[in-house]
This record gives sequence, structure tokens and C-alpha cells, in this order.
Amino acid sequence: MVGSKNRKLTRFFLIAGVLLFFYAPIASLMIFSFNDSRSLTSWAGFSTQWYTALFANREMMSAIYVTLVVALLSTFISTVVGTLTAIGISKSRKIIRELIINVNSFPILNPEIVTAIGLMLLFSSLSIEKGMITMLVAHIIFSTPYVILTVLPKLRGLDPDIAEAAMDLGATPAQALWKVIIPLIMPGVISGALLAFTMSFDDFVISYFVSGNGVKNISILVYTMSKRINPTINALSTILVVIITFVLLIVNLLPILKKKELRGAE
Amino acid sequence: MRVFGNLVKPYMVWMSLFIVIPMLLIVLYAFTTHGNSVMAFQFTFDNFGKFFDPVFIKVMLKSIQVALITTGVCIVIGYPIAYVIANVDERWQTLLMLLVTIPMWINMLVRTYAWISILSDSGLINTFLKSINIGPLKMMYTDFAVVLGMVYNFLPFMILSIYTSLAKMDKAVINASYDLGANTRQTFMKITLPLSMPGVISGVTLVFLPAVSTFIIPKFLGGGQYMLIGNLIENQFITVGEWNFGSAISLIMAMIIMLSMYMTRKMDKDIVQEAQGGNKW
Repeated sequence: MVGSKNRKLTRFFLIAGVLLFFYAPIASLMIFSFNDSRSLTSWAGFSTQWYTALFANREMMSAIYVTLVVALLSTFISTVVGTLTAIGISKSRKIIRELIINVNSFPILNPEIVTAIGLMLLFSSLSIEKGMITMLVAHIIFSTPYVILTVLPKLRGLDPDIAEAAMDLGATPAQALWKVIIPLIMPGVISGALLAFTMSFDDFVISYFVSGNGVKNISILVYTMSKRINPTINALSTILVVIITFVLLIVNLLPILKKKELRGAE
Repeated sequence: MRVFGNLVKPYMVWMSLFIVIPMLLIVLYAFTTHGNSVMAFQFTFDNFGKFFDPVFIKVMLKSIQVALITTGVCIVIGYPIAYVIANVDERWQTLLMLLVTIPMWINMLVRTYAWISILSDSGLINTFLKSINIGPLKMMYTDFAVVLGMVYNFLPFMILSIYTSLAKMDKAVINASYDLGANTRQTFMKITLPLSMPGVISGVTLVFLPAVSTFIIPKFLGGGQYMLIGNLIENQFITVGEWNFGSAISLIMAMIIMLSMYMTRKMDKDIVQEAQGGNKW
């Protein structure tokens, strides 16, 4: 069967080719972050000097700080707001439900740059000075719709009488919410939170338009510094890639591990 | 459960303030003249008139052209890849799709920056070419570099979208086609391809929309002089300070995008209808 063997080879090369295309640039970026010279093309030996330079650079450390604080706070707030709103939407009348879902889809469908300038115009017409607070608010605004979209399907799969049953048994609405509904939709809430975190962590366009000259997150810093070749950016990028890959692996492995655990319990 | 219905009220206020009002502000700015005080706005069409200058029209056409080429390349590369992945052993499918989607989550600036040291005149490719006495090839700051950067950034969306439609396809239909005597080619052209069209179309929107509005990729790989519509908007807001004109351009871009979404949706419907109605005779 020469034909089938050929086909197998073609398939293998197709997949290998596209994976090489995806990962070779990232790999070269990471490898040259350990280069002992400024060059990004010729290898001069292993060194961690760019990482030392990175951690000694106050601007970079402040960008990392801004990114993490904004990402953690915006993730927390948008997850709480998004989850509660999603629960509200699932119990609302059809008109309200469709209104919210439609308006909500604007920031998702609109190009980021349009959302960004809309927010920039809003902040400036309210005469709010651009800075870390405006960045945080903007991140909460663009993350919340995604959290709502992630949590809603979980609520659809929920028995509509279950909260009622809890309250018939003497639970207050708050207890029914906290002890019954939220634990049941927890997987959706967690994936919503992870989505919000990665989006905030990686965001450039919106942060760029709504934060002032002084405040920079990692993406803005990369943007301003990348005009010249600079291995410190490689070092920073390597750290970013490692963090994001780590988060993704957790997200993808958690369900598998949980399944195994459940199977073990049976 | 009306008690819980009340939970939407805060978000409705929030949504009006942070989603609806910003959009209205863009429209307001687009139709008014420059003036720093909110009360001094004057209605005008000038900002749109200004856009119909050959220079700006050229930028818009160039953006659409680059985005279309990117989308085309993504279909041509993405379809076979998605097809192969959808037909390998199931355990491999999950792993391969994970590998395809991981780059989507890596910071776009980082991914684009990575190409600079590969494509530049003294970059990895040219260093290699020099060692075998070819080149140097001029790659940075060309259309090629910009399209390559876009394909690199957006191809995973196309593969994911086509793969999803191929993976959920009913394999019985394909087997039925073989049983009825069709060969591989016929089965693919008459069954698999039409049924996977919704995936291709949603892939097209996922690639075309970011491609037409991005300003990072042209800036990094096309250079400071390379202007696409996203760069034009960025310039108006960040460098020039012409917010009214910038808003008008954004509005025009949003319009183009809505129009193209409407058209792809309509195409999607037609194709699905055709695929479903194809056996009427």
C-alpha cells in the first residue's frame, strides 16, 4: 500500500510544518533570551544576563506590577459581577435577557480599537485623569461580557426549580444563591475567571488608549521598547509565555484530573 | 424567581454607562467639529468628507486587500490542517488542537515581535541564506511581512473553527456516500466540503475582522510608514489629536465590519440551505 503510506507521510509533514510555523518563532525568541550577546541571531553562549537586566530595570518591574494588579483585580471584580449578572439574566424576562445579551455582545464583536477609543472618549469627557484606575475600569468592562457568556450556558443546564426548593426548605435567597446555585455553576465561573485573567494579562489595545503616559502594563512596554532589538524583551516575553502556558495546562489538565478522581471514588 | 432577576439591575446601569455611552460618544464626535468643551459641539459631515481623500481611501482599500489575502491564505493552509487533525486518532486530536490553540493565548505583541529577529536583514533567515551564498532578501517592512504576521497570529482561529465543524459532522453521512459508490474525491467535494462551510465562514469572520483593524502587526512588521486603517485611527488619537476625524474613521471601519459580517452570515444561510435542499430533485 504505497498510496496509504504516502498519504500518512503527507499528513505528518502538514502537521509538523504548521506546528513548526507556530512554535519556531516563539522558541527562537526564548532561546535568544539566554544569549550571552546582544545579537538575536548568532549564539554566543548561555547567560542569564538579560534576566538580571530585566529584574534590575525599574520600568519593567513596575509594568509587571501594574499588569498583575490590574489582571487580578479586574478578574475578581468581573467574575463576581459577571456571575451575578448571568444568574440574574437566567431568571429575567425574555425582553431584558435579550437586551442585555445583545448590548453585551458589542464589545465582543467590535474591533478592540473601537471599544478602546469609546472608553477613551468617555473618560476624557468625564474629565477622569487617565492612569491605572482607568486601565482597571476598562479591563473590568471588557472582561465582564466574556464572563457572562461563559457562565450563562452552565445556568441553562441547571434545574430551574432547584433554588426554589432550597428556599422552600428555609434558605434565604442569598443562601440559595451562595450554597446551591453558585457551587453548581462553579466550573463555568472558573473558566470565566481564567478567560478574564488571560485577556487582561495580554491586553494591549485597550490599555494603550485608556492609560496615560506614566502607567504602562507589560504589553505597552513591549510596544514602546520593541522598535529596537532588545534581548530584555525576549526575557520578559519568555516569562510571559511560560506563565500563560502554565495557566493553559492547568485549565486543560484540571478536568482530566477531576474525571480520574471521580472515577477513583466510584 | 424574580428575586434573582433583580441581580441584572446594577449591570444594566453599568452597561449603559460603559458600553452604550462610549459608542454614542464615538458617533457624537464623528459628526461634530473640533471643540474641547462638550457644550460647544457643532454638527458637521466634514469628518466623513475628509475621509474621501484619495490618500485615506487608498489606506482603506489596502487594509481590506491585506485582510482578504490573509483570510485567503488562512483558508488554504487552515483547511487541510483541520481536515487532517479531524481524521486522526481521537487521543491525538485533543493534543493537536491544544498545540494549535496555545499560541492564540500568547501575547500578540510577543508573537509579532518574535518575527522581527527572524525576518530582518540580519535576521535568522538571512543569516542562513548568507551561509549558502544567497540573498540578503528584503523581508521586513514589506507587504509579505505584514501578511505573514497576520497569518501567524490569526491562523489558529481558522483551524479551530474549521476543525469544530468537521469534528461534529455525522460520520454516517460520509460512510453512506462511500456505500453509494462515491470515491474519496466525490465524497469530499459533495459532502464534507459543503457541510463544513459554516466552519469556514465563521473562520473567515474570526480572521478578517481582527486583520482589518489591527495596528500592531503593520507597525511592527510593516514599519512606521506602513498605514492600515487601524494605524490611521491610532495616529489620529495618539499623535495628531484629531479625535473627531479619528471617530469618523472608526465609524466607517465599524460599518465595513458590520457589512461584511452581514454578508458572511447571509452566505452562511444560503450555503446551509443549498446543502440541505440539494437532494430535493
